[in-house]
Amino acid sequence: MRFRAKIVDLACLNHFSRIINTIVKLAKTCILRLTVCKLYFILSDKVANGGASMWCELSQGNFFDEFQMEGVAAEHNEIYLEFVPENLWRALKTAQSAKAVKIKLTNKHCPCLRVAVELPSLSSSSRIVTHDIPVGVIPRRMWNDFREPSMPDFDVSIYLPVLKTMKSVVERMKNLSNFIVIEANLSGEMNLKIETDLVSVTTHFKDLGNPPWASEDGCQSSGQGRDLESMAEACIDIKKLQQLLAGQQVNPTKALCNIVHKRIVHFILLHEEVSLQYFIPAIA
Amino acid sequence: LSRIGDELYLEPTESGLSLRAVNSSRSAFAAFLFAPLFFQLYEPGSAGPDTELFRCKVHMKSFLGVFRSLPSLEKSVGKCLILLKPRASRLVLQLHCKHGVTKTHNLAFQECERLQAVFDTQRCASRLCAPARLLAEAVVHFPPTLAEVTLGTGTGGRISLRNYVEDEAEPSKTMVTELWLAEDEFQSVAVAPGSHITFCLKEFRGLLSFAEAANLPLTIHFDEPGRPVIFTLDDTVLEVHLVLATLSDLDSSSQCPSTNGVSHLPAPPDDFGDDLESYMAAMETSEGCSEGPPSPTFPLRTPQPAKSKPQQQQQEEEEEEGAVPGTPPHKKFRSLFFGSVMTPGRPGPATTQEVLAEDSDGES
Repeated sequence: MRFRAKIVDLACLNHFSRIINTIVKLAKTCILRLTVCKLYFILSDKVANGGASMWCELSQGNFFDEFQMEGVAAEHNEIYLEFVPENLWRALKTAQSAKAVKIKLTNKHCPCLRVAVELPSLSSSSRIVTHDIPVGVIPRRMWNDFREPSMPDFDVSIYLPVLKTMKSVVERMKNLSNFIVIEANLSGEMNLKIETDLVSVTTHFKDLGNPPWASEDGCQSSGQGRDLESMAEACIDIKKLQQLLAGQQVNPTKALCNIVHKRIVHFILLHEEVSLQYFIPAIA
Repeated sequence: LSRIGDELYLEPTESGLSLRAVNSSRSAFAAFLFAPLFFQLYEPGSAGPDTELFRCKVHMKSFLGVFRSLPSLEKSVGKCLILLKPRASRLVLQLHCKHGVTKTHNLAFQECERLQAVFDTQRCASRLCAPARLLAEAVVHFPPTLAEVTLGTGTGGRISLRNYVEDEAEPSKTMVTELWLAEDEFQSVAVAPGSHITFCLKEFRGLLSFAEAANLPLTIHFDEPGRPVIFTLDDTVLEVHLVLATLSDLDSSSQCPSTNGVSHLPAPPDDFGDDLESYMAAMETSEGCSEGPPSPTFPLRTPQPAKSKPQQQQQEEEEEEGAVPGTPPHKKFRSLFFGSVMTPGRPGPATTQEVLAEDSDGES
């Protein structure tokens, strides 16, 4: 099992760091899955994560100048590592002026991702900073726990409002309540609601638009038959929503959510080079 | 100084005004000596045959409160007068501001013994001098909450900085960051090869930001693990010393300093074209050196048999509970030795501490 990668382009490094920053806000520990073409950051929906789960996928070619990996076996040419994203973010944070960043999987005393940053310096030789990030290697028998979640059978799918606006609304609501209700319909209307003993606040968004999911085998319930005005709703942990929105520093190309009435909200955020899915289950 | 202790010691001397602080576990001490030329007027008072120049300590927060907002002070204050009134038991800070406004602050003080850590830069085997900016750029790679850092010397004159991982922390869970600096980035390097010391980052960061603001080079004097590390800044009108205890290292004391057991990873090769690879390959094959200094698990014990707690009557030994990791725990760090400097014939607190290491540092 080997892994070695290198970034030299500062814009790529910056972009990659921002993605890691988003992941940091969503997960204390998560799984890094490496394949020949892609990297995945995965958080499975264990109870420990509060039931929320995440699937983030990016093509390595968009970020790395060199990328070599050898998986556990020829037929299973992948590597699954458990790590703390904050460590990686810290290592990259001070590398923003680097000449090169190399990442390598090593196993001296324990498995580590070694991030070696080559920094410019006034002297004849560069400054080198190495960060050894401890990782846990996930054995193959557990890989099934981390499969890509399937698209839920949603009731409503709708584009999100401008994330910055949504974020400031949710942040203020967070001061008043621990839970928030997201409801939306197929006419492009979405409401964010909180309700406590003392106060209830609702913010209305309209003309958001609904993504045109092509119905496959007619199994998408958002197809025919659903009343366009009828709202599907889910009451979720407001902190999880706020963390998701806080992690978005750049506006995604597409941002939408799928609501399964009273069950789960599935967020999809698409950028040019990375896609992020985040599932927040509804509170019973 | 406020990053080190809660009390500010003021000691006027013939060679200037000395401001000092010490932390509660006696593992950090700093002194700023402002020469008379720094001031428009400097009158240290007169020491008679029976009396010393008066000295006192005040609460750091009270003192800082007078100078709270630097930008507005710079705009409005013309001059500042500091006056010690021993008979009135007050330290007077008077700010003469624009428009004829005078703000007078009367701070209560306590008399105190001379606060002096025992250290001697001449006895340090190793010395590094670097512009403050270099060290600031080095320290930025470590998290703000990091308690202790290890400074080491590698082959080829390279200097390394590495976060110190406590024994109690699980090595398989803690991230380790290491930074290498080339010899020519320093203004001067005179170090014993294979040496290393571990000290607290918090107090050091405080001095570093002062040095950066004042644009002064910083000199680091150090010796064996366990002996204090001394940081100095020098200017025509200002002399600064910061003395920090370092982690004692029983295992390495039994090895001679030149053996490899104490040194860090092999220093990276000089040409950096593509040979981060070979550097990293070299890292992979070097054995056992990468975990940093061997972590001692011994109770705190100092080789000199003297008591390490000063018997200064005015000091309260308060443990800092829940403080930001800047004060190393008692059990790991040696306390600095504090001499109780008593003038003969003066009735004073009943201190009988024997001073083993005289203060032979150039400071008056």
